Amino acid sequence: MSRDSESPHDPGGIEAGAEVGEEYRSTSEDAFDHPVGPMILDEAVPVDVTDVAPELADPEVVAEIVAPTREIETEVGEPLVELEGVTVKFGGLTALDSVTFTIRRGEILGLIGPNGAGKTTCFNAMTGVYRPTSGTVTFDGHVMAKLKRNQITRLGIARTFQNVRLFGEMTALENVVVGTDARHRTSVPGATFRLPRHRHEERDAIDRGLALLEFVGIGARATEKARNLPYGDQRRLEIARALATEPKLLCLDEPAAGFNPAEKVALMDLIRKIRSDGYTVLLIEHDMRLVMGVTDRIVVLEFGKKIAEGVPAEIRDNPAVIAAYLGVPDDASA
Amino acid sequence: MTNNPSFDARPKAGVGDSFRSWWNAQSRPMQWLFGVPFILLIALLPILNVPVLTTVGTNFGGVMAQFGMYALIAIGLNVVVGQAGLLDLGYVGFYAVGAYTVALLTSPNSPWNQTGPGGWLSSDWAWLACLPIAILITALSGLLLGSPTLRLRGDYLAIVTLGFGEIVRLLADNLEEITGGGRGLSQVAYPRFGTTEEFPLGVFSAGNVGKTLNSGVWWYWLSIVLIIIVLLFVGNLERSRVGRAWVAIREDEDAAEIMGVPTFKFKLWAFTIGASIGGLSGALYAGQVQFVVPTNFNVVNSVLFLCAVVLGGQGNKLGVILGAFIIVYLPNFFLGRTEILGIPIDGDSIAEYKYFFFGLALMVLMIFRPQGLLPVRQKLLTYGRELFVAARRRQHDEAAAPVEVTK
Repeated sequence: MSRDSESPHDPGGIEAGAEVGEEYRSTSEDAFDHPVGPMILDEAVPVDVTDVAPELADPEVVAEIVAPTREIETEVGEPLVELEGVTVKFGGLTALDSVTFTIRRGEILGLIGPNGAGKTTCFNAMTGVYRPTSGTVTFDGHVMAKLKRNQITRLGIARTFQNVRLFGEMTALENVVVGTDARHRTSVPGATFRLPRHRHEERDAIDRGLALLEFVGIGARATEKARNLPYGDQRRLEIARALATEPKLLCLDEPAAGFNPAEKVALMDLIRKIRSDGYTVLLIEHDMRLVMGVTDRIVVLEFGKKIAEGVPAEIRDNPAVIAAYLGVPDDASA
Repeated sequence: MTNNPSFDARPKAGVGDSFRSWWNAQSRPMQWLFGVPFILLIALLPILNVPVLTTVGTNFGGVMAQFGMYALIAIGLNVVVGQAGLLDLGYVGFYAVGAYTVALLTSPNSPWNQTGPGGWLSSDWAWLACLPIAILITALSGLLLGSPTLRLRGDYLAIVTLGFGEIVRLLADNLEEITGGGRGLSQVAYPRFGTTEEFPLGVFSAGNVGKTLNSGVWWYWLSIVLIIIVLLFVGNLERSRVGRAWVAIREDEDAAEIMGVPTFKFKLWAFTIGASIGGLSGALYAGQVQFVVPTNFNVVNSVLFLCAVVLGGQGNKLGVILGAFIIVYLPNFFLGRTEILGIPIDGDSIAEYKYFFFGLALMVLMIFRPQGLLPVRQKLLTYGRELFVAARRRQHDEAAAPVEVTK
């Protein structure tokens, strides 16, 4: 529905890494897409984030601010999430049938499967939204209990949504700052009287928020309302908001839905950049080119069962996976 | 884009928007420089006696005092409805709890009167001492009502709060031994301030009538002071994690929760804060009229409060104050007036039909300007101003020298 709002501003996404600095300079030309004259100055005006925070001109500084600072018990390369024989049943329906796999810290794991294969159920079981009928989920050394959704985020699992769900009336920066709030401890008394901790957290939140927007490549749009952003930028903003919660595990739920090939390439670069900044990524995706191009390992589900696991090259040639996606001739399956 | 109006193109810039952006670009001292004289002007309205503005049927000071109370209520209700997006149809209940707290503690008709001999409220400071108690009790009632009901959403919450408003009124009406039932509680305490030969009961006494500087004006000034204090606190909340959580809940409660916002906790805070501001206003009301009866707390008042918020602009603190002004002032403007600009009118009848006219106004507003008279543009960051100023400066530069930028 918001596809129409995709604007000509987005030149096929943002070039990753070193060219971030270039990016918002070029968007300053966008001012001419808007009528010159009395317009709403608060919104729709590209800002140069470096006006306020000059240090953000250096992509390395940006990456450093964005990088997670929290303590993670798991060593890099060790299993961060372990699913051990996880089964989820809804009444008589077995949505997930003793699935076992691990996500290692620092990798990009792809979770794929045809429609209805159980990807979302697996995701919900992993994050504690559903309690598995049997089997256990271990996250960063602890067995997951049933938790409220906001507690899961605090624990260190953040996600984006298949259909973009931003806070439309807030600016891009405010959206990201809501994410950083997940780590904040100020509450009503602190905010009412503007106690030191509140002021400190607010400053931090803005610094980190701006850095995150730069990191995903939409720093120039910091003061625009989220609902006015082009579709591609909305998706990037969702990723920035999820990263703002400093997750141990970032789950991207079909982040390329509705993207054109050029945007998909840019997204792949961004996902790699996120990983090299120290995050672990779980990618749930339909688009094979994207999954094959960016993931380190892939887990394939079909009808609630894991049918394959391995590096992309193995998965591509795996007959079971090909059968699941393309179907098998009747005589062959007999 | 077509099937979803919220994805509509950017709104057109109007007078309000250009004023807002100009205001936001000013430094803090400049804002105070413009703001303080404006507030003073508003405060002096009742004694300036502006020809057309001054009401003829009732005392203008009294009208402005009522406006002050409604403005406080609108600010409190705005926290609940405008910021957190929780539809509360029983807000008058909190107003009643605040008023009855003061009345029960200080009225001689009340069994719990503390102002008499042996009471712990000295009669000179009784009202002021009751103020924090009233705020606390209403906050507690908000917490009590909120903790079971805030698990509900949308229409269900509206129905439950509607019930709460009625329960409070019916309790006041039927607990005759305590609240005096329909006879109410009289001689409620008020601030004994400025007692002179001329005013033996102080300037806030209801007996101070007729003159330009009557009790209404004094209550109006007191409420302005309270409004400014409340606005500072509420503004601090808005530009913090709390305000952001409220707006996030209003926009998409599920997404907010998944982003780590403890939604229930912050909804409860919104309810409690809104309730305590309503209680504060109720305490003011009890002190001003010195007489509390259940009929003052009908459900229709709840609707009138909500009308002020929606009319003025949900979420906009100044907007809802404007809404409160319209709700209180317009009926009183017409009261006793027989002609406007030479056209003969029956002002009393117009004032009589105020609910009809406000209903009509709301319907028209919902069609042509659903965001209210002064639409909201919340600032949700404590230190966000510099970014907006930078954006404005940049845009200014580009408008001045567009050629250089294209390079």
